[in-house]
Amino acid sequence: MDDTAALKKTPLHALHLQLGARMVPFAGYDMPVQYPAGVMKEHIHTRTEAGLFDVSHMGQVIVKAKSGSYEDAALALESLVPVDILGLAEGRQRYGFFTDDSGCILDDLMISHLDDHLFVVVNASCKEADLAHLQTHIGDRCDITLLNRALIALQGPRAVEVLAELWADVAAMKFMDVRHCRLHDVSCLVSRSGYSGEDGFEISIPADKAEDVTMRLLEHPDVQAIGLGARDSLRLEAGLCLYGNDIDTTTSPVEAALEWAMQKARRSGGARAGGFPGSGRILSELDNGAARRRVGLKPEGKAPVRGHAKLYADAEGKAEIGEVTSGGFGPSVEGPVAMGYVPVSHAAAGTLVYAEVRGKYLPITVSALPFVTPTYKR
Amino acid sequence: MLKFTEEHEWLQIEGGVATVGITNYAVEQLGDLVFVELPEVGATFSKNGNAATVESVKAASDVYCPLDGEITEVNPAIVADPSLVNSDPQGAGWFFKLKLANPADADGLLDEAAYKELTA
Repeated sequence: MDDTAALKKTPLHALHLQLGARMVPFAGYDMPVQYPAGVMKEHIHTRTEAGLFDVSHMGQVIVKAKSGSYEDAALALESLVPVDILGLAEGRQRYGFFTDDSGCILDDLMISHLDDHLFVVVNASCKEADLAHLQTHIGDRCDITLLNRALIALQGPRAVEVLAELWADVAAMKFMDVRHCRLHDVSCLVSRSGYSGEDGFEISIPADKAEDVTMRLLEHPDVQAIGLGARDSLRLEAGLCLYGNDIDTTTSPVEAALEWAMQKARRSGGARAGGFPGSGRILSELDNGAARRRVGLKPEGKAPVRGHAKLYADAEGKAEIGEVTSGGFGPSVEGPVAMGYVPVSHAAAGTLVYAEVRGKYLPITVSALPFVTPTYKR
Repeated sequence: MLKFTEEHEWLQIEGGVATVGITNYAVEQLGDLVFVELPEVGATFSKNGNAATVESVKAASDVYCPLDGEITEVNPAIVADPSLVNSDPQGAGWFFKLKLANPADADGLLDEAAYKELTA
């Protein structure tokens, strides 16, 4: 059987083909890895103008309490994430993650407070497992609904002007605000967020109107379609974790340097401390630190250092200390960039370690993240 | 004499020395190159030995030695600017010159017509 025949298609699949995309299998979907312009130009276009990404493969889920109360839905979700959901204001979004009993990360997600319910976006590769996880643990209290909608991301410094031509109110939104709006008479949900390190928006669109709305955005001279290749180099430069590479069921949130996503209310001494899977380990690591840490890594030479490259304390490859989890070339940085895990003894910015590449041990410096300054409108 | 391999290298052979690079087709598959690692002058390789490495934004790929031989010259310009391989793969983007151990072995490689058919 043709392998691609089993792949799922997003509502924008035909549009990608029409735009000349090179398609690859990704998380069970046939997705565009790049368009004719190529990864480098697509990356730079997103940083200088506006890039449009199809992220419809991700799961969009409504979590609504059977009681109809937001509070009940928020408290139910708080039993699965170390994040303050009850304190999330209406029309606001927050980054979080599902944890397991060992205090590691099952998936990362975006959580929005909309009216009386939660709107949650999860990774494509995890969405079936996430739905089962939600159903098993909070299905008695909440209705869990996977939406059949498209999701696009418009990212870059021109994104706000482009979108404001369709809906003027978008300019008043701050980073992580979420609003219902109408784009060309289509009812959409817009959040001022994304995963490129740029100012921008994610737009949830009914599947049958997705191509129409997307094509109209692409008609704008500042907007170009961007594939998964540039999405990966953009998020890596922004120091953002990719689930399955930088975080997974072997990494805890504190090891992953994601303390910022765990608010006071859920930490030791907080109003609703703990109460999520693996809270014993996670609260302890929040108080005392973890043994290892995710760090930025800047190779000294020109050679990219890829994911799974081993890291050593010495130039002879005697003392293995960790592993690169994501690495490649950063078109905006104009050089190789990487992220990986090292012991806390080697986690300070400026520490020199060595990465094994094709049998050589290349110097690579622990570096502050992100590699590019984010332009979020806070 | 211009020859090609099934692994998408080209060879321009003159007087027992082959100038070697990667084809336009290979470059289109790889996308934007950001790093090139070349062999050392004087190194000897067997056919299909891993003589060079190219890296695109996304991934690393090997460049194989198309025939047995010794490296007599490499192209430093593509190390300084890997995008030369993208813009002129079968010209300024050449990789290395190879003194062929057995020049007659080149007869076993693809000619331009056969390579075009392979990549059609």
